[in-house]
Amino acid sequence: MTDLPAHTLTSYDEDLDRLRGLIVRMGRLCEAQIVGAVDALVRHDADAALRVVAGDNEIDALDAETERFAILTIALRAPVAIDLREIVAALKTSAILERIGDYAKNIAKRATVLAQGAPLEPMVLVPEMARMVAQMVASAIDAFVARDATLAAAVADRDQLVDDFYTSLFRSLLTFMMENPQRITQSAHLLFIAKNLERIGDHATNIAELVAYSATGERLAERTKRDDTSSVIGPRD
Amino acid sequence: MADSPQTASLADVVGRHDTMDGSKPYIVTRDLNFFYGESQALKSINLDFPERRVTALIGPSGCGKSTLLRVINRMYSLYPGQRATGEVMMGGVNLIDPKVDPTELRARIGMVFQKPTPFPMSIYENIAFGLRLHERLSKSAMDERVEWSLRKAAIWEETKDRLNTSALGMSGGQQQRLCIARTIAIRPQVLLFDEPTSALDPISTAKVEELIAELRAEFTILIVTHSMQQAARCSDQTAFMYLGHVVEAGATAQIFTNPREQKTREYVTGRFG
Repeated sequence: MTDLPAHTLTSYDEDLDRLRGLIVRMGRLCEAQIVGAVDALVRHDADAALRVVAGDNEIDALDAETERFAILTIALRAPVAIDLREIVAALKTSAILERIGDYAKNIAKRATVLAQGAPLEPMVLVPEMARMVAQMVASAIDAFVARDATLAAAVADRDQLVDDFYTSLFRSLLTFMMENPQRITQSAHLLFIAKNLERIGDHATNIAELVAYSATGERLAERTKRDDTSSVIGPRD
Repeated sequence: MADSPQTASLADVVGRHDTMDGSKPYIVTRDLNFFYGESQALKSINLDFPERRVTALIGPSGCGKSTLLRVINRMYSLYPGQRATGEVMMGGVNLIDPKVDPTELRARIGMVFQKPTPFPMSIYENIAFGLRLHERLSKSAMDERVEWSLRKAAIWEETKDRLNTSALGMSGGQQQRLCIARTIAIRPQVLLFDEPTSALDPISTAKVEELIAELRAEFTILIVTHSMQQAARCSDQTAFMYLGHVVEAGATAQIFTNPREQKTREYVTGRFG
């Protein structure tokens, strides 16, 4: 779908490019926020974490601008077919990225709390999980820009790895809490951080699904989600 | 359509009249070709026009969409050197068979043109005049039919107190609806609209479009339009034509959300030529 000819009305293409540019900026910011939040967490750097918290405002502002511009484009251009699908995808992607920004901000807030105490053992898995989900967000945005449904499908496929990571972290945190009841508060914060990262992976997958639909008009095949944490919290445990 | 296209879930929601389900083909063209002398304007057209549904024909100028309308009501037989081959089947009869009487045919297939063409007569006579050529009606039956057709064309309230005044004093939008009333007075089964609103302001356009939506309950409608938004708003089925071919035909919702053919995509999104 990358070889679309230009619109007869060139300003229409300029509008669509501008919309794509906004999504790219939001996507890059989200990626940086995820990496920054987890970096602050690992380094016990409360100041850096606070800078991440403050950085979320820019994503919120871009979301508002994207929404305003998408609505304007729909009103003025009466888009159809791939143009309509793409604008709707941009509108929804913007809202998803704003949510991803919120998760990164929440991770940073918890990082300021965790910066007070000694490192938690299960934390070793977190940076790798963060790297994976940040990469998923980046690839989903790349797929959006390139209208690349194949890349989008690959992003969606990676979500299972993130879920497996989360399940693994969940189990080790449960064990850690049982063995170290005095550190349950901090462990709970870390558990929420892991859950936030897992949710970011889900959101990146949602963006990938929007991209695939936008590019082809067809939906990606439904994935069966395998979240094993419910079995862990079952009566057996 | 013969093979009704699958519509995506979004398309189902967007469609003016959702999908084509349950409609029977009323007019069917098979391998229809048309020639203006040596030049071929329609090339092997195979289209089904479903009963009591609106089909929009879209495409750039010269693609053959107006020609297709003219073939369906045999307008071309007025001109020497123009000929059609193939089939336009309606009720088991091939309409382009020379044995079919064009006058009788046009009583069953009415046509409304781009510019309103009222006769220089009273509003009443504009409708009664054509009717008398087809039917012998008593005065009271004629009055009833005039009222019926003006009501059907959603123009009765505006005209009932001035039926004997000249139609030329009406606004363009009113004139066009009068022409629609005149066309449906003969009680055709099919209505052909050739860019019926291109000379009208937006309010008159909306009224004519609303009228088309109402007439759809009783008539099989074909509309040629240059306004893609009009096709999207008014029709159940859309056929995109280019250089005398039907490039793609399908449920309107599908054509405007997820066209299958590259050419259709380029045309409906404004990336054409």
